[in-house]
Amino acid sequence: MLIYLNEIPQQIESGRQLYSLRDQHKPEADILIVNGHPASSDMELNAGDHIVMISRGVQPSATELEGLMMARHTPGVHQKVKGGHIGIAGVGGLGSLVALALARTGIGQLTIADFDIVEPSNLNRQQYFIDQIGQPKVSALGDSLKRINPAIKINCFEQKVTPENIAEIFATVDILVEAFDGADQKAMLSNQFLCLFPDKILVAASGIAGYGASNSIRTTKISDHFYLCGDGITAAEPGCGLMAPRVGIAANHQANAVLRLLLNKEPE
Amino acid sequence: MDLSINGQIKQYQDKITVEQLLRLSGISPGQVVIELNASILSPDLHNKTVLKHGDTIELIQFVGGG
Repeated sequence: MLIYLNEIPQQIESGRQLYSLRDQHKPEADILIVNGHPASSDMELNAGDHIVMISRGVQPSATELEGLMMARHTPGVHQKVKGGHIGIAGVGGLGSLVALALARTGIGQLTIADFDIVEPSNLNRQQYFIDQIGQPKVSALGDSLKRINPAIKINCFEQKVTPENIAEIFATVDILVEAFDGADQKAMLSNQFLCLFPDKILVAASGIAGYGASNSIRTTKISDHFYLCGDGITAAEPGCGLMAPRVGIAANHQANAVLRLLLNKEPE
Repeated sequence: MDLSINGQIKQYQDKITVEQLLRLSGISPGQVVIELNASILSPDLHNKTVLKHGDTIELIQFVGGG
């Protein structure tokens, strides 16, 4: 029967046990993942099983990492996610976290745009580190993304996104994540993108400040091409700042909306 | 005339433009995305688009924070 060992097709005899396969191919492996789940005991293998063998604490090769990703995300899902090209306009609190979530999910290509540099005041919610202060956000984020997923293709635009350059920067993305800070900028990007690319999809955010109820953050379908994450009301203003938990909830709403769209599911 | 605004039917005087509707609703034109009858309306058409009885309008107002 045919199985997939580290995503390479292999013929094995039917009735073969997992541990005996490990002893033959990678006796030092201490983590065995069968069809996306870590196996806690020996088991009989079935035709079509996907098996990944990992040695704890050992750096995997690029091929092994790819196989591991594929195994973790269940067969079929990984290929669709890897084929995705997502744009992120603004990599502050929302955008930096959306990028990390998508990188961990195995996205194939990201186009990130932001003119800003990392500042100490960003560290309360944005996915940067003390030693990155002063660096352009797109390159600091690019470094972190590569540390998580070296296979990802990243296109960095260290420039302000304007009505004039949206078409050029985001021409080849499948889905755009709006992750700006200012209401004017959010509306400008949304209007321009939706008018320029009526067949692409926009996942925007609005109403994410403060420490109000987690469950008031929602993903709302405005149209087939426009989704909005947030409570829609709570603006960042004096007395109601942006804080990591709620910004993170909204960013992960956006990332999950992107993931569901790539997998042909309705974001909700 | 009746307009459907974010799912609610409201009455307005005839022949108002989208720009006038925003002003009447107290909405900042630079912070909104408008869908008119399920199509995105480009901001440069706000002052040229005259609304008709029965139009369906979605006003998506952004607030700051990201």
